[in-house]
Amino acid sequence: MAGARPLAEARVAGGGPGAIPAPFVRLSDGPTVRLSAFHHILVPSPRAGYLGAMLARVGRHSVGVVETFGELGHFLADILRALPDVRTWGAQVFPMMRRIGVDSLPISLFIAAFTGIVLALLASYTVTSAVPLYFVGALVGKTTMLELGPVLTGLALAGRVGANIAAELGTMRVTEQVDALETLAYDPHAYLVMPRVIAGTLMFPIVVSFAMATAIFMGWVAATMLLPLTTAEFVRGLRLFYVPFDVTFGLIKASSFGFVITMIGCFLGLNTRGGAEGVGDATTRTVVYSAEMILVLDAFWALTLLRPE
Amino acid sequence: MIEFRDLHKAFGPKQVLRGFSLAVREGETVVIIGGSGTGKSVALKHVVGLLDPDAGEVEVDGQVVSSLRRRELTALRATVGYVFQFAALFDSMSIYENVAFGLRRREGMTEEVIRERVRESLRLVDLQGTEQQMPAELSGGMRKRVGLARAIALRPKYLLYDEPTTGLDPVTSAVIDELMIRTREALGVTSIVITHDMRSAYRVGDRIAMLYDGRIRQEGTVAEIQQTTDPVVRQFIEGRPDVRDAAAPSAALEGTVAEVGRG
Repeated sequence: MAGARPLAEARVAGGGPGAIPAPFVRLSDGPTVRLSAFHHILVPSPRAGYLGAMLARVGRHSVGVVETFGELGHFLADILRALPDVRTWGAQVFPMMRRIGVDSLPISLFIAAFTGIVLALLASYTVTSAVPLYFVGALVGKTTMLELGPVLTGLALAGRVGANIAAELGTMRVTEQVDALETLAYDPHAYLVMPRVIAGTLMFPIVVSFAMATAIFMGWVAATMLLPLTTAEFVRGLRLFYVPFDVTFGLIKASSFGFVITMIGCFLGLNTRGGAEGVGDATTRTVVYSAEMILVLDAFWALTLLRPE
Repeated sequence: MIEFRDLHKAFGPKQVLRGFSLAVREGETVVIIGGSGTGKSVALKHVVGLLDPDAGEVEVDGQVVSSLRRRELTALRATVGYVFQFAALFDSMSIYENVAFGLRRREGMTEEVIRERVRESLRLVDLQGTEQQMPAELSGGMRKRVGLARAIALRPKYLLYDEPTTGLDPVTSAVIDELMIRTREALGVTSIVITHDMRSAYRVGDRIAMLYDGRIRQEGTVAEIQQTTDPVVRQFIEGRPDVRDAAAPSAALEGTVAEVGRG
């Protein structure tokens, strides 16, 4: 590479007294630094110019992404290894189910209630004279069970549950409480991660099923009180296209959301570096990545489970 | 016996340890001194496998820590008590639960035995009666003492102290030093203490080793270190801002004193 020297302003130490082992170079007026295998392509000389700098940034980012996936692989292996250690995580599951599930009910039901009302009104606005008004029931039911119940609840809980886990574990990491757990012979993956992931995977479907019921109930309230619909008509619409798989589909999604949100929160929390800023960063990234993963999984389940035969 | 052999450790481009070697013999207390950010804690964390070395190894009782399987590492950790810099108490648990936490992992520990052990450990650090309090209700010095109680409750063979007196007032520091000496006498443990508090280093150490530039600059008995001619070590133990100028007072200001003793 003509345009990129190993390190700008660097002088590779040669032989003689005080020689530094091969992978290290000494900056001309600074400390010795260890070079990664990619270093010569990652740190361009000033002559490399804008294109070189841009390529270096892309390269650094790519190495960062690969490293993150590597860490994620380690994390998954650690969790699998922690799975048989029931003695450590067993007692933590129920308290976590309460914290992650039961305590999430108020915000989830609040969102569901308003979603149900709005859905009923939107449906009546959409169905015109060509479509009978009882289709309101069908639209409220279908959208709630298939999409809005799991996804809106998931997005809300990405903030509530994911951020909570990342902040808690991140703080434990930076205050050395995670190290303390290890020195006291506890596996942090068994003690901290397993109960949260299990509780999330089990409790999200339960929370979402309550949210679905609340949304449909409030849709019925709106339909009968604000729209010229009777209960019988609403129920007729509700049952029109209903198949039991609608609920199953929504709950499978909910469970997968619970799994990824708690996993992301635990992973980023345990990998927190630095102080308060690191914790804030882990928390923010947890919410962002969880929201993205919810939408990706949403599409994934639709593609795999809803395609016509 | 704990032996560090040619330990290298880097974090990203930052090379922290580069050839750190030190042997700690049974029953002695070795104090590792050195400035902030020189890698003292990093070296200590290798002893219990919290960090893996890039090169070199740490051997505890003939076992190379980084080559141990998880179960063997757990067994090794059971012989080592670690006192963290900011105590690292679990803030969701009471003091009693914090001290009992490690004991609950031990086979054959009944609640009765655990309770007795917790009481005894808290008595050793003069914190009887705090069992039901939460960590947030205690002062920094008290939290450090609970951290020590949590470590000694396990009756470890080795005790590792990460800056036990940093951030404490001189009196509390002296109390902690006294507790470290008392613990050693009562339990006969081998200890590594990392600190930059020289008063504490002289009080508790059998030997002192100075970490500088990623490796041991000098090691020796307290007397040897106090009489050293190494300019870097002298600068550190005397707390001077400059390596070269040994004769100059540390914070001399230019000018003359006009009047003294009146007013």
